[in-house]
Amino acid sequence: MERLLEINDLSVDFHTRRGLLRALSEVSLTIRRGETVCLVGESGSGKTITSKAVMRLLDYENGRIAGGRIRLDGLDLTALSQNELRSLRGKKMAMVFQEPMAAFDPVYTIGYQLVETIRRHETRSKKEAWEHAVSLLARVGIPEPRIRMKQYPGELSGGMLQRAMIALALSCGPELLIADEPTTALDVTIQAQILQLLQELKEEFRMSILLITHDLGIAAEIADRVVVLYAGRVAEQAPAAELFARPHHPYTRGLLDSVAALDTEKGEKLRSIAGSIPSLSALPDGCLFHPRCPFASDKCRNEAPPLISRNGRAAACWHTDKLLTATNAEKGSARQEIELLSEKLILAEKNPSASPFESPEASPDLFQVSGLRKFYRLKGSLPGRARAHIRAVDDVSFAIRRGETFGLVGESGSGKSTLGRVLLQLEKATAGRIRFGDRELTGLRGAALREVRKDMQMIFQDPYGSLDPRWNVGDIIGEPLRVHERLTASEKKERVARLLESVGLDASYANRYPHEFSGGQRQRIGIARAIALSPKFVLADEAVSALDVSVQAQVVNLLQELQEKLGLTYLFIAHGLQVVRHLSDRIGVMYLGKLVEIAPSRELFLRPAHPYTKALIASIPSADIGAKRERIALQGEIPSPARPPSGCRFHTRCPLATARCKEEEPELRTIGSEHVAACHYPL
Amino acid sequence: MRESATAKAVLQKRKWELPALRSSGRRFELSRLFVAGAVAVIAFIALCAIAPQWIAPYSPTEMLADSLMQAPSAAHPFGTDYFGRDVFSLVVYGSRDSLFIGLMSVVVGGLVGGTIGALSGYIGGWFDTILMRIIDTLMTIPGILLALAIAAAMGPSLTNIVLAVASSAIPGYARVMRGQTMSINGRPYITAARSIGVSRFGIFRRHVLPNSLSPLLVMATLGIGSSILAGSGLSFLGLGLLKEIPDWGTLLSQGRGYLTVAWWICTFPGLAITLLVLAVNILGDWLRDRLDPKRKEA
Repeated sequence: MERLLEINDLSVDFHTRRGLLRALSEVSLTIRRGETVCLVGESGSGKTITSKAVMRLLDYENGRIAGGRIRLDGLDLTALSQNELRSLRGKKMAMVFQEPMAAFDPVYTIGYQLVETIRRHETRSKKEAWEHAVSLLARVGIPEPRIRMKQYPGELSGGMLQRAMIALALSCGPELLIADEPTTALDVTIQAQILQLLQELKEEFRMSILLITHDLGIAAEIADRVVVLYAGRVAEQAPAAELFARPHHPYTRGLLDSVAALDTEKGEKLRSIAGSIPSLSALPDGCLFHPRCPFASDKCRNEAPPLISRNGRAAACWHTDKLLTATNAEKGSARQEIELLSEKLILAEKNPSASPFESPEASPDLFQVSGLRKFYRLKGSLPGRARAHIRAVDDVSFAIRRGETFGLVGESGSGKSTLGRVLLQLEKATAGRIRFGDRELTGLRGAALREVRKDMQMIFQDPYGSLDPRWNVGDIIGEPLRVHERLTASEKKERVARLLESVGLDASYANRYPHEFSGGQRQRIGIARAIALSPKFVLADEAVSALDVSVQAQVVNLLQELQEKLGLTYLFIAHGLQVVRHLSDRIGVMYLGKLVEIAPSRELFLRPAHPYTKALIASIPSADIGAKRERIALQGEIPSPARPPSGCRFHTRCPLATARCKEEEPELRTIGSEHVAACHYPL
Repeated sequence: MRESATAKAVLQKRKWELPALRSSGRRFELSRLFVAGAVAVIAFIALCAIAPQWIAPYSPTEMLADSLMQAPSAAHPFGTDYFGRDVFSLVVYGSRDSLFIGLMSVVVGGLVGGTIGALSGYIGGWFDTILMRIIDTLMTIPGILLALAIAAAMGPSLTNIVLAVASSAIPGYARVMRGQTMSINGRPYITAARSIGVSRFGIFRRHVLPNSLSPLLVMATLGIGSSILAGSGLSFLGLGLLKEIPDWGTLLSQGRGYLTVAWWICTFPGLAITLLVLAVNILGDWLRDRLDPKRKEA
């Protein structure tokens, strides 16, 4: 195959206050025509910088190509002027960004922006360009493209906008499509749709794709070849199948473990990579990865390993052989484990009463929720007239047991976060009852409510926003203590130090400020604060979604450890099913404000009863390369909670829907022990 | 041939940041120089206000009958006025009232406006609606007109000038503070504080207020300059103080009749105002940068 993009020894420098920083050093990669190459690595590894170097957008961000060449179809991009590059951008190479909301100009219609782009590169009449744009929108799977053309970006959902963004990128038939985390901001179900679309388009338009992602599952799904970056250097590159089967670099192996481990059941400790990616201003000597590497030796500490090619793949590691023997040894034992597990399952099939999944003893419930509703009045609807409501949570009943982890999953817009916030009384329920232990929460106000808050705490999604930037870490963690307990300054300091240590941070961090910490460390600070009062219940709302996979695994381990030590009960909310599976005893699935299925975690994954659950499970990208399954991708998007469909709310997207589903709303019915689902035709 | 819309979006976004970032190294040094200069100017004017007798060569009331309307010279660096007073000494002595008006009206205006804005933004609902409509009404009256009306109604005194200037600045402070309070109140760390049971007032005092204050502080610093100008304006229009020692605005006002024959009488007080306002503004900018917690070095 012909080479389309060739990057040789690319180095990039950035000007900063502290002088020049080398963000990329000697990165080489090639993309052949029609090939999909994935660039993976944690945040800060230089993925986006590489893509911006190719587009030469670096020049606008204080960056400079310090060495090396980028050849696109024989043309040296590093030598071209911005004027010359402009004629290439869009025409020969185009880019799709992570935030579809931010990439469109909100004051122009989608159609205007598409037509403008087309006419800039090709001499076409307005009418022709308009027709071309409509056909592009239709091609990327946007329903009613003629109407969408006249809409503004704010009127489209994130998934639709990302499709429109792809249409925009395709509008002039580029040969290279660079997609920078194109699905990170989207729901798993939509992610699956977009990935499939990219695959189809690649064939159809005969493009090459450079896909940047932190998610190895996505790479496994669509990549032909994978390049792993670490701290601005190529750690490893290999054909996808080989990379996933046998990583040659401990970093790749670590990443794979962090992801793959999430598929495992509760209780096991996740394998993670210790520490976090080094800052560019303080890179370690020798191999950049050695401080986090289990194989590190003196040689690694002193000498940087070169990228050594063998059999069409390459890795920069002194200990590839050691790693391979270790992997082989483990593979054997893993296979045995799987066999054992499947035996257990076969037994279970034969004898359903003797469940191998020891359900936690029927402990009394900590939370009992019945008939819970939370409606928001739509802005603009007058009081007194027929009211338009967003039905964020609509008639939900369930219980959380003492000491268990209850997982809650669903697409965005399903009402899972609202449910969590109503449970903690951060928002008042519109109707329904919530019992916490032996207290009714819905009526509590003022001091009585503040008293109960001692027992229920929350870990937030955004580790950047949820810590007051003006407070030092000691004060942040000490705030609950200050509010609820009378402690002297030295007692408080002592407690804070112990809390910091219990979440794996140094006690001396108490005097530092939040912005000095990485995302994972901040999340640990948030956890320390949440457990400061030894609560009974902790709500973790997307607590690890904003973190890198390797760090995710660390935080998940910490959460499990703390649960065992402190006897916590968790409600773990996430849009990603994998993490929920690993952490939860039982899982509830939400769709448009309704709980559609509740089951023990393993049972849910093995025998989902609701078609929606099944579709959610199917849309998880798997890092297991062997399992490139045919997907039951969920069609369409979640409808607006202001006008939920009649009958079963899922019927508009359900492959099995019948007339009955359209009219009659299904009740939650018992499917098996502990397993309920709201479906007329459970699977 | 031109670039794609996507690339263009990025390009346009970057264009604005380009010049500043490119020369960030050198600009940094230069800005420090400006700040040092501003501090020196303010320190000197403050000294003038505190101890004018150390600096001024003459008494501000002393009339030198033999040298009326002398052009600037070694003996009289700023010249003399129509009574034979030394203009340099007048400017030095006049700094006290000007500075007082500038500082006090900002303090009063900032406190009142800030309090209204913060309460309005934090409490919200009907309280907010009513307060803000009052503020809106105040805003429809031009600041200098409002100050004029107050000064005219209450008569000329230092306190009244401060009140007049302060009240014309209140709507601005209230608006800024309200917006900031509301935005801070929506941050996740406020929910975080609520979720651990901090009381409503506790959240306001410990989280909302400290985080909302920096724009107000910056605005107030910048406001010192415009308050001095407004105070001088009132004096210039004849609603200022009629005292033995005129402030800068009065100096300007009294000197304007002689502009064609003795330009120095009102030029130097004017320059003094310009210099002080400039210095305070530079300091305000610097303060804005420093108040960003992300740039606080540990």
